[in-house]
Amino acid sequence: MLEIKNLQVKLEEEDKQILKGVDLTVEAGKVHAIMGPNGSGKSTLSYVLAGRDGYEVTGGSASLLGEDILDMDPEARAAAGMFLAFQYPVEIPGVGNMTFMRTAVNAQRKARGEEEMSSAEFLKVVRARAKDLQIDAEMLKRPVNVGFSGGEKKRNEILQMAMLEPKLCILDETDSGLDVDAMKLVAQGVNALRSPDRAFLVITHYQRLLDHIAPDVVHIMSAGRIVKSGGPDLALEVEKNGYGDILKESA
Amino acid sequence: MAVAKPASPAASRLDGLTRPPGGGWLGAARDAALSRLQGMGLPAPRDEYWRFTRPADLNAAAPAPAAPVESAEAEALYDGTDRLRLVFRDGAFDAEASDALTGEGLEIARLAEAGGTDIHWAADLYGALEADGQSPVPRPFAALNTAHATDGVLIRATAAVSRPVEIVYLHEDAASDPILHHVIRVEEGASLTLLETGTVGARCNTAMEVDVASHGAFHHIRDQGRAHARRTNTHAFARLGGASVFKSFTLSLNGALTRNEHVVAFTGNDATAHVACAAIGDGRQAPMHHDDTVFITHDAVNCESRQVFKKVLKNGAVGVFQGKILVKRGAQKTDGYQISQALLLDDDSQFLAKPELEIYADDVACSHGSTTGAIDEDMLFYLRARGVPERRATDLLVLAFLAETLEEIGDEAIAESLRQRLSTWLDRHAG
Repeated sequence: MLEIKNLQVKLEEEDKQILKGVDLTVEAGKVHAIMGPNGSGKSTLSYVLAGRDGYEVTGGSASLLGEDILDMDPEARAAAGMFLAFQYPVEIPGVGNMTFMRTAVNAQRKARGEEEMSSAEFLKVVRARAKDLQIDAEMLKRPVNVGFSGGEKKRNEILQMAMLEPKLCILDETDSGLDVDAMKLVAQGVNALRSPDRAFLVITHYQRLLDHIAPDVVHIMSAGRIVKSGGPDLALEVEKNGYGDILKESA
Repeated sequence: MAVAKPASPAASRLDGLTRPPGGGWLGAARDAALSRLQGMGLPAPRDEYWRFTRPADLNAAAPAPAAPVESAEAEALYDGTDRLRLVFRDGAFDAEASDALTGEGLEIARLAEAGGTDIHWAADLYGALEADGQSPVPRPFAALNTAHATDGVLIRATAAVSRPVEIVYLHEDAASDPILHHVIRVEEGASLTLLETGTVGARCNTAMEVDVASHGAFHHIRDQGRAHARRTNTHAFARLGGASVFKSFTLSLNGALTRNEHVVAFTGNDATAHVACAAIGDGRQAPMHHDDTVFITHDAVNCESRQVFKKVLKNGAVGVFQGKILVKRGAQKTDGYQISQALLLDDDSQFLAKPELEIYADDVACSHGSTTGAIDEDMLFYLRARGVPERRATDLLVLAFLAETLEEIGDEAIAESLRQRLSTWLDRHAG
């Protein structure tokens, strides 16, 4: 599904290397988690994969379903099946949440040569999925993320994910700013989307999200590299002992 | 090589005008306006209110040619909304294309036929609000209009009129230069919606005087068309009685020169005035310059004024905003709000803003703000990361930016027609 080889990335405007050779393979149907201390490059990895400006790839490659994505526009990556749930979902005053989602769904369908969704069909689907995430009609009507609480924003991200049905879902610190109930709701939404032909990359500081979204593989990232990979136990180890031991061990 | 004559434009436009026929009260009002005009002369680039917009094109004896683009569009814009239509073709009234000048709760007459008749309410207003609006800022083209307007409509609303009146302008002559003057009187407790639609002429000068009596309401929704080379010069003067409502929204697309002036005076307490404009221009095919000049005088207690002006500019388009709120001594509890914003889609475009507040009362809430910015990169990336192509994402953000102005339109069907028109424009100006 996702194949990253020796990916090296620096900031465009500064001479600062952030990723120093990341190797990662995520198979279809699997949930991989990336944990790591602040500044290890986790969020940068998610932005680079989604195609955000401001980064320069200085080496290595990344492909989604066998297709090299690093030269693609963000919209082309999305149409190819990439989805990034933002750590800080962006507020867009003046653009209705429904208009936004319908535009996105149909733009992706169009890019893939599929038939666009009619308003009636879209409305039906979005209402059903919104209900699962306890997103009320009012939230659908409001401008994108404007006036949403932290939890509402994250649920709105998951709703978009449910509507867009991506192949690879990257969750960038989706647990940040969530209370326990909101986290459960978000995790339920994610788990409902798990399927044999979809993969997840869950980026998080803490183990607690992984109590609800059980990972198959856990990676520890530090200083721009993945320094250790293992099973779900690795997350528990981090929770108990912090990153110190692991980082020492891998140094 | 042809050599342009040295500019003496002030003389040339005045010399080229002849006084339209019509005596009686109209003749007297024209004489008075002519003497006002002679007193102030036409504007020069050094004049304070013409520093950002060069008056040369308006001062010139003849208009620069402007190719018409869109008669059919203007005619069809509000299809689906029942309305009384009055059609002016390059400034000439087209009786055949127009509806009969009657409607429930309405008195309608044409200025061209009004001189000899005793339409006392129009006689009291014609040129009167314009004259009041000449101080403290002179508005020579408004006086020129009062003196030389060849036609226009006089509308009196005596009840709550549910069917909007639409003045449809058809521009077909690339050299037309119409001068039209409308007078609106909304009687106590009455209401009227007036639509003005289309490019008036290659160069035009239109003025509207609106007198809203207490508890009356006037809604004005204007679409100025999209002819690239049009030179559009408008004035709207409003006098607002107690607890009255005045709302004016303008959509302006392209235009080599647009200068829209609003002069609003609160004379009764508890009244409301909202003035809004969405202007969008692409300077690629032809220069685009759009100027909103607003002057709101609070001379009564507990009135609310709101100015929302937004411009989207690209390929060297220029936007100007000059907006003033004057709160006179004693105009307590005034709520004055003014926002002017420009979205610049490239480095070549520019926005010049001069917001002004002048307040002589001590118990008021007035605020103003002006911003100039580019498309928000975070919003753009968010949309693209969801699969929305860059151009479509930019269009969405442009529409979102302008949305606040369209919200000033009370009628949702009309607002939707204008949203559609904006979307069509964006599609046409892709890339």
